[in-house]
Amino acid sequence: MNLEEYSAEEFLRKMRGLRRKYAAVAGLQSVRIAVLGGTTTNELVDFLEVFLLSTGFQPTFFQSEYGRFYEDAVVDSGELVAFAPNIVYLHTCHLNVRSLPAPGASEAEFQRCVDAEFGRYEQIWKSIHDRLPAQIIQNNFELPPYSFLGNLDSVSSGGGSRFFLTLNARFAQAAAANPRVLLQDLHGLSARIGMKEWFDWDRYFSYKILNSVEGSLAMASSLASLVRAIYGKSRKVLVLDLDNTLWGGVIGDDGIDKIQIGRETPLAEAYTAFQEYCLSLWRRGVLLAVCSKNNEEIAKKGFDHPDSILKLEHFSSFKANWEPKHENILKIAQELNLGPDSFVFVDDNPAERAIVEAQISGIAVPNVGNEVSRFAGIIEQGRYFEPVSMTEEDLARAALYEANAVRASTESQFSNYGEYLDFLEMTAEIDDFKPIYIERIAQLTNKTNQFNLTTRRYSLAEMEAVLHSANHVGLYAKLTDRFGDNGLISVVLGRREDEVLHLDLWLMSCRVLKRDVEIAMLDVLAERARSLGVSTILGYYLPTAKNMMVADHYQKLGFELVSSSAEVSTWKLDLATHKPLNQHIKILEYSHG
Amino acid sequence: MDDVLEQLQQIFRDILDQPDLVLTRQSNAHNVEDWDSLAHINLVSAIEKRYKIRFALGELQDLKDVGDMIDLIHVKLAAK
Repeated sequence: MNLEEYSAEEFLRKMRGLRRKYAAVAGLQSVRIAVLGGTTTNELVDFLEVFLLSTGFQPTFFQSEYGRFYEDAVVDSGELVAFAPNIVYLHTCHLNVRSLPAPGASEAEFQRCVDAEFGRYEQIWKSIHDRLPAQIIQNNFELPPYSFLGNLDSVSSGGGSRFFLTLNARFAQAAAANPRVLLQDLHGLSARIGMKEWFDWDRYFSYKILNSVEGSLAMASSLASLVRAIYGKSRKVLVLDLDNTLWGGVIGDDGIDKIQIGRETPLAEAYTAFQEYCLSLWRRGVLLAVCSKNNEEIAKKGFDHPDSILKLEHFSSFKANWEPKHENILKIAQELNLGPDSFVFVDDNPAERAIVEAQISGIAVPNVGNEVSRFAGIIEQGRYFEPVSMTEEDLARAALYEANAVRASTESQFSNYGEYLDFLEMTAEIDDFKPIYIERIAQLTNKTNQFNLTTRRYSLAEMEAVLHSANHVGLYAKLTDRFGDNGLISVVLGRREDEVLHLDLWLMSCRVLKRDVEIAMLDVLAERARSLGVSTILGYYLPTAKNMMVADHYQKLGFELVSSSAEVSTWKLDLATHKPLNQHIKILEYSHG
Repeated sequence: MDDVLEQLQQIFRDILDQPDLVLTRQSNAHNVEDWDSLAHINLVSAIEKRYKIRFALGELQDLKDVGDMIDLIHVKLAAK
């Protein structure tokens, strides 16, 4: 059970018992947190303590006297400095603002107010920075409880809403530029909870606690996730079940055609949306893994579904078998070289959740229920993957994704498709198989189903044999373009019999469809074949349920149909008449000869 | 035993983390261990949520013990 899943009443009732239980755990990491508040912070600190204890921290707190956040930081900081905090949390709200623009304020006055208030906080941060080697957490502001000017409140230079939105933007700029200041997004938090639920004026007038219990709990949870992130304890891996988690239905029973994914039904839409949520996490650096009770081959087929948002390449580890899930998860942890305490496990089956939670210490198992439309919200609530900043690695992935997005979006700006291909500035390395690529080549033969003329699977050993065979021509292609490296994306394997080259294999990754890679590939293949004394190339198309897209592959490349049956069509290219056709790809060949 | 007293006893046991606590109408902040101001805020919030009632400002200041609180809860529940 995760603390985030308790109702406010449950949390209040269990809080002291939980604190006792968690505090008894050995090996807690000590952290010293100073809370400088503009309102009463005792309840928030109590809540935060339980959240931190539950994730392996032993916090010690310092709290400023009521409302003396500025003085404790800037004027009279002796006690704060003596406490030697690791983290200073500045908890302030709209009531602590000194320079609020009057209703009739001019633009200039508005700006002066923003500058003055921002300056006060800048001074606080600088003072702490200069005196303490501590991480500063500053919250931004929720919108004020009343908009005195109605809709104009967020427009007028005298509007409180506009003032706080502007101040928040300044805070964001400051935090983005200063790694010592982390922003806690109370604006977002309050909006998600709802402003009516957020403030509790009776509690404010009685105890000077501005927020409802629900509001305080949300703040404590968000703060705890920031502290975990500061100490590198954010979770890194999302482990997913398949049937009725990533798609509706059971793929082993229903088959790929019957599983619910795509846009056809409301349920399919919901699974698609959840896959999109998982993909968004992957894009920002969260690793995805599969842990499913399934036949592996059948399970993987689910990701060949044309509407599947997630593809096999998004998974860092894939365990589909009949072993207990907790054993598989421990294997995933070994493979990824990460502790299972950095894992979050999502499964619609409560029995699987229970055994995983019981058997693996430290893993997070949110109670996602069994309605896919709720999964993302419940995972989100757990705040498992909080980053303090985007690492270069995260950004590299984001950049690659953006490059793909740019690629997609630039396609319409060209008068013809060739112009677009030229704009891509593609360079292909097309060459004989090399030992370093053999594993990838064998792998491609086993996972490529769509652009695959014969769908023949090869083991690593079989492909290695090609390296040393005088009667085989094995070519790979790697493709780079102006947006990045697409990696090794195509393989052709020919077998020579006298003057004829039989193409046993031709496959390509769908990442580079419609890039003319196949044309460039044929040009190099033809040249290589000629140099071996080949006069005719024979190509074969073996239709499967998945490779319809290449039914006319050889026809498009100028081959003539020799014979055709339901099982195979045979195509012929006469090398005497073949001319190179590639126009848009620069070809690099390293080891020709 | 009054239903509300019994329910309050459970709430107090939970919140104060004292599983054996015996609550009576005469219990108050002085004779119940750890019933300090912070626990008081937790207790009031939990009671409000348990019964889906809100205490008005000032209502709680006049209560001298758990008995008064039980009576007030009965009044609030009757008015719902």
